[in-house]
Amino acid sequence: MKTSTGDLNTVKLSCRNVWKVYGQQPDQFFNSAEGKVENAAALSSRILNNDHILANADVSFDVHVGEIFVIMGLSGSGKSTIVRCLSRLVEPTAGEILLDGEDLLKKTDAELIDIRRHKMGMVFQSFGLMPHLNVIDNIAFPLKIQGIAEADRYAQASRVIELVGLQGRENNYPRELSGGQQQRVGIARSLAVEPDVWFLDEPFSALDPLIRKQMQDEFLRIQSKLHKSIVFITHDFQEALRIADRMAIMRDGAIVQIGRPVDLILSPADDYIREFTQDVPWESILRAADIAKPTRKKTANLPVVNEDALVETLLSQLASSADGVAVKAADGSILGVASAQSLAAALASGVSSTAVDE
Amino acid sequence: MTGTFDRHFFHWIGVVGVTVLCLWLQGDWKWLSEYPGDWVVPVSDWLNAIMDWIVKYSGWFFLGVSWVLEWPIDAVRVVLNALPWSVTTFVVCVVAYAASGWKLSLFAFLSMLYMVVIGYWFESMNTLSLVAISVPMAIVIGFSFGVWGFFSKRAERVIMPMLDLFQTVPTFAYLLPILMLFGFGTVVGLIASVMYSFPPMVRNTIVGLRGVSPEVIESGLMSGATQRQLFWQVRVPSSMRQILLGVNQATMASLSMVIIASIIGGTEDIGWEVLTQIRKAQFGESLLAGLVIALMAMVIDRITAGLATRSDNYETGEKTFIQRYRLWIIAAIGSIVFGLIAQIAAPLNDWPRAWEIDPSDAMNSSLTYLIVNFRPQIEAIKTFAFFFVMLPAKIGLQQAVSPFTWGFALTTTHKIIYAAAILGMVTFLSLRGSQKAGISVLISGIVIYFGLAGMPWPALVLIGAVAGLKIGGPMLAAGTAAGLMFIVMTGTWSEAILSIYLCGIAVVLSFVAGSAIGIWAAHNETVSRVVRPFNDTLQTMPLFVLLIPFVMIFKIGEFTALLAIIAYAIVPAIRYGEHGLRSLPDTVIEAATMIGATRSQMLWQVKIPLALPVMMLGLNQTIMYGIAMLVIAALVGTNGLEQIVYIGLSDGDFGVGIVAGIGMAIIAIIADRMTNAWSRKRQQELGLSPS
Ligand SMILES: Nc1ncnc2c1ncn2[C@@H]1O[C@H](COP(=O)(O)OP(=O)(O)OP(=O)(O)O)[C@@H](O)[C@H]1O
Ligand SMILES: [Mg+2]
Repeated sequence: MKTSTGDLNTVKLSCRNVWKVYGQQPDQFFNSAEGKVENAAALSSRILNNDHILANADVSFDVHVGEIFVIMGLSGSGKSTIVRCLSRLVEPTAGEILLDGEDLLKKTDAELIDIRRHKMGMVFQSFGLMPHLNVIDNIAFPLKIQGIAEADRYAQASRVIELVGLQGRENNYPRELSGGQQQRVGIARSLAVEPDVWFLDEPFSALDPLIRKQMQDEFLRIQSKLHKSIVFITHDFQEALRIADRMAIMRDGAIVQIGRPVDLILSPADDYIREFTQDVPWESILRAADIAKPTRKKTANLPVVNEDALVETLLSQLASSADGVAVKAADGSILGVASAQSLAAALASGVSSTAVDE
Repeated sequence: MTGTFDRHFFHWIGVVGVTVLCLWLQGDWKWLSEYPGDWVVPVSDWLNAIMDWIVKYSGWFFLGVSWVLEWPIDAVRVVLNALPWSVTTFVVCVVAYAASGWKLSLFAFLSMLYMVVIGYWFESMNTLSLVAISVPMAIVIGFSFGVWGFFSKRAERVIMPMLDLFQTVPTFAYLLPILMLFGFGTVVGLIASVMYSFPPMVRNTIVGLRGVSPEVIESGLMSGATQRQLFWQVRVPSSMRQILLGVNQATMASLSMVIIASIIGGTEDIGWEVLTQIRKAQFGESLLAGLVIALMAMVIDRITAGLATRSDNYETGEKTFIQRYRLWIIAAIGSIVFGLIAQIAAPLNDWPRAWEIDPSDAMNSSLTYLIVNFRPQIEAIKTFAFFFVMLPAKIGLQQAVSPFTWGFALTTTHKIIYAAAILGMVTFLSLRGSQKAGISVLISGIVIYFGLAGMPWPALVLIGAVAGLKIGGPMLAAGTAAGLMFIVMTGTWSEAILSIYLCGIAVVLSFVAGSAIGIWAAHNETVSRVVRPFNDTLQTMPLFVLLIPFVMIFKIGEFTALLAIIAYAIVPAIRYGEHGLRSLPDTVIEAATMIGATRSQMLWQVKIPLALPVMMLGLNQTIMYGIAMLVIAALVGTNGLEQIVYIGLSDGDFGVGIVAGIGMAIIAIIADRMTNAWSRKRQQELGLSPS
C-alpha cells in the first residue's frame, strides 16, 4: 500500500525556514527575505512578546515526487497556514519555497497563475465549491478559467468524475449533494488540471467516520493510479497512519518532529508527540523490521519472516519460538532477529534509533 | 457592582432635579419653556442662499441633466402607452412565470386585467415607465458603489453614513432639493426614486460579496483565476442571490418613491390619481386607484423576489438553443401574435371605455351608509383616544383633565394622590433593587403630568443626553445633545415635540400590540399563518395607500394619522416578536422546563427576557417605520416637523423644508442608535452574540 521513501529521491517541493507572522508590522523581525536565523526559538518569543501572531515559525521540509507527506497538529498550530504558504495563497513573511527547484516566492503574478493552472491542485476542508455551478461545471471550472473550449473541458471533467465515482450526478448543484459527494467534487475539481502537486487541507474532517474511512480508501486508490506529490493535512492521527509516507507534527507554528509514522511512535521527540501517538494500536503499526535486532548468531534454524510483516501477525510465532524469528529484507538478506524481548524493548520506546533506521 | 449602580442612580437623580428646577423656573424664565425667536440661528435662510447661489451659477448643468433624462423616460412612456395592453400583460405574465411559476403568472394576469377594466391602464403605465428607468439606474449605481465599498475600506466608511442619511431623511424632504435643482417634471420623480432606491442595492452588494466563503475564493485562486476572473466568475455569481435581493428591495423602494414623488404633480400617474381622489375625499375612487398601486407593488415584489430565490438560478448544462431560450421565444412570439390580433380585435388594444367597470359609486354610498349609521361609535372611539391618550401625552394631565374632557377638574387632592402614587411606586421599585425601573417611572410620571409639550426643552435635551450616555457611552450622549440642540436652535423644537408625541404614541401602541401578537404567533401555528400574509401585504404596500381607509372613516386629523402609522409600524413589532421567541436556543427552554417553570413563568422570566434584544431590534424597526409613515401622514393633517417639510415642499421653500427634514432625520438617527446600542448591550450581558 505504501511506497517507501527510500526510492523517491527527487524533491518536488520544499520549504526552507518559512515564517508567517500576523500583526501590525510583521516585517520588522526579519533582516532578509530568507528566514534563516541563528536562534529560532528566541525570535519566536520576541515575535510573541511584541503582540504579533506567529502562525508559522521556521518551517522546513521536503516533499518528494510521488510521496504523501502528512502534516498534523492541534487546532491553531499553523497547518492551514503552511499549506497556504506553499500554494502562495498566503504570502510567507520570510523563507523560501522551491517548486521543482525554482523559488515560488519570486514568481510574478502571471507566472503564479500559470503554475496554479497547471501544476497545483487543492482540496479544502469545507469543500469551497461554487454554489452557482453544478457538479460538472464546478469540476470544469479551472479549465474554463484557462479558456478551454466547452466540449474539451466537459470531456476532461467526465474523466475525473469517473475517477471519483460521481457518474450520474453531473447536473446536480452542490447543495443537493451529501458531504462526501461534495468532497468528491472538490477532489475531482482539483484533479481536473492534472496537477503535479496536490494539497489537501483536512479534506475529510467535515465527514462522519464511516464516510471518512471510505474516502481515505478512495484517496489511496486514486493516488496509486496518479502518483502525485501530496501535502495532506489532518488532525487525526489514525488518518495520518493510514496514508502517510512521512509526516510532520506541528506545535505553535513550528515543526516538532518529522519522520515516518512508525518513527514518531517508536521514538517520540517529546511529550507533545507522545500525546498524539500513545493511543495508537502498536501491533497494527510495527513491522518485523522495526523490532529486528542485528545479530551475529546463526539464524538458519529460525523461522523466517518478511521485513514488512506486521508484528500483529507474528505474535503467536514470537510466543512459541524462544529464540525469535529471522527477519528477511526484500533483497533476501537477513536483517536480524525479532524476538519477544526485542518487541518489549521497542514498546518501551527505548528502542535504539539504529534499529529503526536500518 | 453596587458602587457603579449608585453612581448611575445619582446621575439620574441629578437629571430629575434639574428637570424639576426647570419646571419650577419656567414661569419666570420664559426661555426655558420656549426657545426665544431672537436666538434662532437662521440656518434655513443660509440654506436658501446657498441654493439660490447654486441654481444661479450651475442651474444650467442640472437643467441639462434633466433635459437629457427626459428622453429615455418619454421614450419608455411612449412605448408602454403605445403597446396594446394585451401584449404588455402577456410579457409580464411570461416574466412572472419564469420567476416563480404559473400561480404568480395568474396573479399578474388578474392584476393587470384589473388595471385595464377599472380604467387606470394609462396611469399605471406612466408609473411603470418611471420605475422601469429608475430601477436599472439604481442597480448600476448601487452595484458600483457596493463594489467600491467592498474593495476599499475607506470608501465604505464614506458610503455607509451616506446611505444611512439617504434612508432616514424624510421622503418628502428628498424631493425639495431635487425640485429646486432639476425643475418641475417627471425627472424629479426619477432622480428621487434613484436616490432612494440605490442604497439597498449597495448594502446587499457589499453583504453578498463579503459573504462569499474564503474557501470558495481560495479555490478560485487555486484554479488560476486572474483578478478579473475571480471577480466576475467567482465572487459575483456566488453572491448573486444576495445581489438579486438588493434588486428586489431597490425595485420596491423605487416604486414607493415614484408614488410619493407624484405629489409634485404633472405626472398623470397612479400616485397622483390616488392623491387627487384623497384630497377630494372620494373614497371609492381613491381605494380603487390605491388597489392598483398595491397590486403593482405585489406583482413587482413577487417577480423580483422570485428571481432572487429561484432554485434553478444558474441554469447551465447540455441544452439546446430552444430549451435554453424557450421563455424568451414564447414571449417574443406571443407579443407579436397579440400585437397582430390587437390590430383586428380592438378591445385587446384599447379597452373600450364603455366596458370599464366603476364600482366607486356603490362603494361611496356604502361608506356613507356606514358612517351615518355608526357615527356615534366612530365619534366615541375618536373622542376616547383623543381625551384619554393623545391629549395627556401632548399637554399633560395638568391641562388635559378638565370637566369637559374627563368629567372632573384636577384638584389639589388629585395632584397629591398622583404625586404620592408615583413616589410610592418609585420607592417600592428602588427598594426592590430595580432603581432603573424606578427612575423610568419617576420621569414618565413627570412627563405625563406636564405633557411632552409642557416640558422645558433644556430638561428634555438633558434627559436625552444622559440616556445616551447610559445606553451607548459618551459619543452617543454628545451626538444626542448636539442633534437635539440643532433642532432647538433652528427654532423647530415645538414642532419636533409634536412629531415625537404622535410618533411616540404610535410606536408604543404598535410595539405593545405587535409584540403581543408576535408572541402569540410564536406559540400558535395558526395565528402565525394568518398573520404572515397580512404583514407581507402591509409591508409591500406603498405608504399612501394605507392612509385611504383611515382617512375615509375618521376624516382628516391626528387620530387618522395615528392609526395609519400604527397600521404600518406594527409589522416589524410582530415579526421580531415572533422571530425573537422562536429563535431561542432549545437548551434554555428545556432547562427551564426541567426546573419546573410554569407556562407564565416560562414566558415572563425566561423567554421574554432572552428574546428582548431581538425584540428591541423590532422596536428599532418599529420606530423607523413609524417615522417613515409619519412623513406621509402629513397629508392628512398633522402639526409636527413632517408638516413643515410638506409645506416647504408645496411652497417651494427649500431652507425651511430641509431644516425640518434634517430635524426628522436627527430624531430618527438618535432613536436608531439608542435602540441598537441598548440591544447590543443587553445581548452582551446575556452572553448572546449580537446578530
Ligand atoms: N489572517 C490571519 N490573521 C491573523 N491571524 C491568523 C490569520 N490566519 C491564521 N491566523 C492565526 O495563525 C494561527 C494558525 O492558524 P491555522 O489556520 O494555520 O491553524 P490550523 O492548524 O490550520 O488550525 P485548524 O486545525 O483549526 O484548522 C492561529 O493562531 C490563527 O489564529
Ligand atoms: Mg486549518
